[in-house]
Amino acid sequence: MNSVILQLATPYVRSLLIFFAFVALLRGHNNPGGGFIGGLLAALAIVFSSFAFDRRPVQRKLKIKPGGYVAMGLVFLLLSFSPSLLKSQMLMEGVWVTIPMGILGELNVGSPLLFDIGVFMAVIGVTLMFFFTLTNRK
Amino acid sequence: MQYILLVYLVFALGIFVIPRWLKKHVGIVLAVVQALFFVYFFSRISDATNGSGLLTVIEWLPQIGLNLEFSLNGLSLVFALLITGIGTLVFLYASAYMKSYEGTDKFYFYLFLFGGAMLGLVLSANLIQLFVFWELTSFLSFLLIAFFHKKELARKAAFQSLFVTAFGGLLLLTGVLLIGSVVGSYSVGDWLQHAQSIKNSKLYVPGLLLILAGAFTKSAQFPFHFWLPGAMQAPTPVSAYLHSATMVKAGVFLLALLSPVLGGTDEWTYIITLVGVTTMFLGAYFSITQTDLKAILAYTTISSLGMLVLLIGIDTTLSIKAAILFLFVHAFYKAALFMVAGFIDKKTGTRELSKLGGLYKHMPITFVISVLALLSMAGLPPTLGFLGKELIYEAKMQSPGISSLVLILGVGGNILMVAVSMYFMVKVFLGKEGDYPKKSNEKGFLYLLGPGVLTLLSLLLGLSPAVLGDALVEPAISTIRKEMIDIDLQLWHGFNDVFLLSLLTVMVGMAIFIIVYKRKQFLVKWRSINSYIFSIKFADIFSKSLEGFLNFSERNTKRLQHGYHRYYILTVVLFASVLLWFQVYVTRNWVFDIQFSLTPLYISGLVAIVACSALYAAIAKSRLATIISMGVTGYGISLIYLYYSAVDLAITQILVETLIVVMFVLVLQRMPHFSTLSSKLTRVRDLIIAAFFGSVMTVLAIKALHVELSEPISNLMLENSFVKAHGKNVVNVILVDFRALDTLGEVTVLVIAAMGVFILLKTKKA
Amino acid sequence: MEILLALLVGVLYTTGIYMVLRRSILKFIIGIIFIGNATNLIVFLASGIVAGEPAFVDGSVQNASQMADPLPQAFVLTSVVISFGLVVFALALKLKFFEITGTDDLDQLKKTDN
Repeated sequence: MNSVILQLATPYVRSLLIFFAFVALLRGHNNPGGGFIGGLLAALAIVFSSFAFDRRPVQRKLKIKPGGYVAMGLVFLLLSFSPSLLKSQMLMEGVWVTIPMGILGELNVGSPLLFDIGVFMAVIGVTLMFFFTLTNRK
Repeated sequence: MQYILLVYLVFALGIFVIPRWLKKHVGIVLAVVQALFFVYFFSRISDATNGSGLLTVIEWLPQIGLNLEFSLNGLSLVFALLITGIGTLVFLYASAYMKSYEGTDKFYFYLFLFGGAMLGLVLSANLIQLFVFWELTSFLSFLLIAFFHKKELARKAAFQSLFVTAFGGLLLLTGVLLIGSVVGSYSVGDWLQHAQSIKNSKLYVPGLLLILAGAFTKSAQFPFHFWLPGAMQAPTPVSAYLHSATMVKAGVFLLALLSPVLGGTDEWTYIITLVGVTTMFLGAYFSITQTDLKAILAYTTISSLGMLVLLIGIDTTLSIKAAILFLFVHAFYKAALFMVAGFIDKKTGTRELSKLGGLYKHMPITFVISVLALLSMAGLPPTLGFLGKELIYEAKMQSPGISSLVLILGVGGNILMVAVSMYFMVKVFLGKEGDYPKKSNEKGFLYLLGPGVLTLLSLLLGLSPAVLGDALVEPAISTIRKEMIDIDLQLWHGFNDVFLLSLLTVMVGMAIFIIVYKRKQFLVKWRSINSYIFSIKFADIFSKSLEGFLNFSERNTKRLQHGYHRYYILTVVLFASVLLWFQVYVTRNWVFDIQFSLTPLYISGLVAIVACSALYAAIAKSRLATIISMGVTGYGISLIYLYYSAVDLAITQILVETLIVVMFVLVLQRMPHFSTLSSKLTRVRDLIIAAFFGSVMTVLAIKALHVELSEPISNLMLENSFVKAHGKNVVNVILVDFRALDTLGEVTVLVIAAMGVFILLKTKKA
Repeated sequence: MEILLALLVGVLYTTGIYMVLRRSILKFIIGIIFIGNATNLIVFLASGIVAGEPAFVDGSVQNASQMADPLPQAFVLTSVVISFGLVVFALALKLKFFEITGTDDLDQLKKTDN
């Protein structure tokens, strides 16, 4: 595909998609969103840009390869187990820390967030792996 | 005692790791090990004579009666001595015999393990454990018979013997389980204590029949005898070991072991006596018309096994005495004769009777040994065989009920044995010079050591039988009869009717021999008559029916496993929908309380669009149209989710649908166009089946709305979502907290799928 | 509306099964997608459908019984993502199969060897 308009628009659309992906990930606990949705959105951003340009430069420009995303995702998933284990609770039991934010109220951060980030990363990695292996054929 | 078996295992495995210089002599090393165990068991004779014996129990699962129990009593001692003693000689013989063959490591491994398994069998005092060793011997004998696995005959024979003996083993196990359920234990000791209640139980007869079937298959009794002649395909040391002292004697051992438990009833006596005497007569009858040395020996083995079984069936002190004595007699002469036959085969290059003759000039020592062994086989003085036969006659005269039949067939069998022995001797060693492929000589000390020792023993023990009687036969009988018995063995029994019977046997046997030998035509005619009368060949019937069975199952498998993927699915779908419709029919009386409505109308319209695009996807000719209508279906469903309060779900579905469409389009570039592959009739049939399944799913979906099994667990989740898990979006809280393990599994599936795709497409063509 | 949705489930199953019974592998995979969608829908439907009351809670819950059941939604969400993985894997298999044999016909897949 070689559309100038698409190629011009792509950087903005991509950035927007990735921004929304992070928003979906972070607000997922209280609003629609979450790791899956965020991950799929972020992966779609990259898929989108490889439609606009050629696949190869996009794949080359990726700072982290799909396998790396999968690995990081799995590491985050594992990390999310550790707080409950350190506190000798049941495995995967949520551990929460409340951070006071002054006038903004307070922020609750817990191990499920780590878990969601793990899912996010893994979904990005898996989707990109699917995409790049399926397209990389003669 | 378990350590003995461990030593066997260690040495058997050790065959593969010993250094090369020792490898040439591995047979001798193993013979020494066997000899050491022989000495060990020999030193235990005093224990057995005291009647104390040894019992080792290693508890494994005592709750269900599964223990390792080893006992060394008079009976097992007799067998253990035969196994290790003859084992020693056989290994010495094998170290000479097997030199010229490939793969001797495996041979020694199997044979030595076999010895261990056989020892384990006779030392077992728990019947489940005995069964394990029993099957182990079957299996190892299969491997040994198939040692020359490049010969088709050997493979066939091995399979046949495995099939028969393993089948018998399963029958035995069933029988043991039946009787064991009466007692509640599988220990021989417990069975002995409850012998009376076993006999009174309803399960006695079926259990007995099954156990007897096991013993009969193993000991090659009629009509299961046919595997034994086939087993002669094994290398000769194997035949000498398996068919003189070990494998086939396992059945006899089992009968002797269980005779105090199951014996003493009419069923026991009649079945065993009849089977035994039939086998004995038929074995001897067939042996005389054989032309192969080993085949002759095989059929006489069958005959001797029949004799042993008969004697145990008669079940008097005297008959047991005769059985134990004959056990020795037979082991001695049969092992010796097998070894001699193998030796002759090696030196002359043939085992065909018609080609042999006049060997006494070339092999004088072999001649002497064979004559003594054959005298023992014919039951002539001064060998142990004579004593054995006298006892047997005496015992047969006591046989209850059917004594005349037993006596006639028994004497007939013995007459034939005399004739066979004479024929064997004269034909092979005397007479005119044969026509051998090889020039014969008599070099090979190791070949003759075994037969020499055995015949010498037979002769010595025949002259002074009391040694054997006091040391071994007495304790063995006491084990079987469960009473202390003092027996008296003598070579000369005096001038009585037994002696007259012996005399008659010898005379008639000689007469038959002379007829057979002088009139060549006679034997030929006899053979043809025989093959006419016994045109039913058991071995053939066996292999034919097996073949038929295999063909039958192959045809059926091909019908069921036809390889057409869609017919497998068709079967599954059809069956599932029939079952579901049946279930719907059974529970048809439910109250239907949902009104059909089309509000809101835009959702109804959405549903219509989804349904139409799905149907269009099925019939579209263009690939792109199919995929687009698939996408429309997916997006439509996600809108339905969205309307019915499933926000996260709807977003996920939209994103996934997008990705799927993208991937499909990518793959599609490299695919051929759709072509109509199935006929119209097929499509209509498939549509009907699919609609059949779809309709039942609709009914199920409606029905599911009417089923409230219990309070939904989601109420708990709704209550705790914000309070405990600090999340307002309950679906997300469920995914990452309440049921995070599910999500973890899901991510794992995705990662594995990604790895699978990667490996499938990134690897080069093999 | 439930009845209409149940009918939709039936239609989707019918289409899915019909396509799974085709000889073309591509149609087979699309059939799997339809069956997956139908199954997701039947699970979603069986828990009872509620319009306009998504399962978002804030502190105390008063109207839990009127809310949409979040658990089947979570299950179906998991299932959607897994069927995504399954379908892509099937596509990859199909691609490889086509590259080796040059055909899209399932009937050619009768033997394990070429």
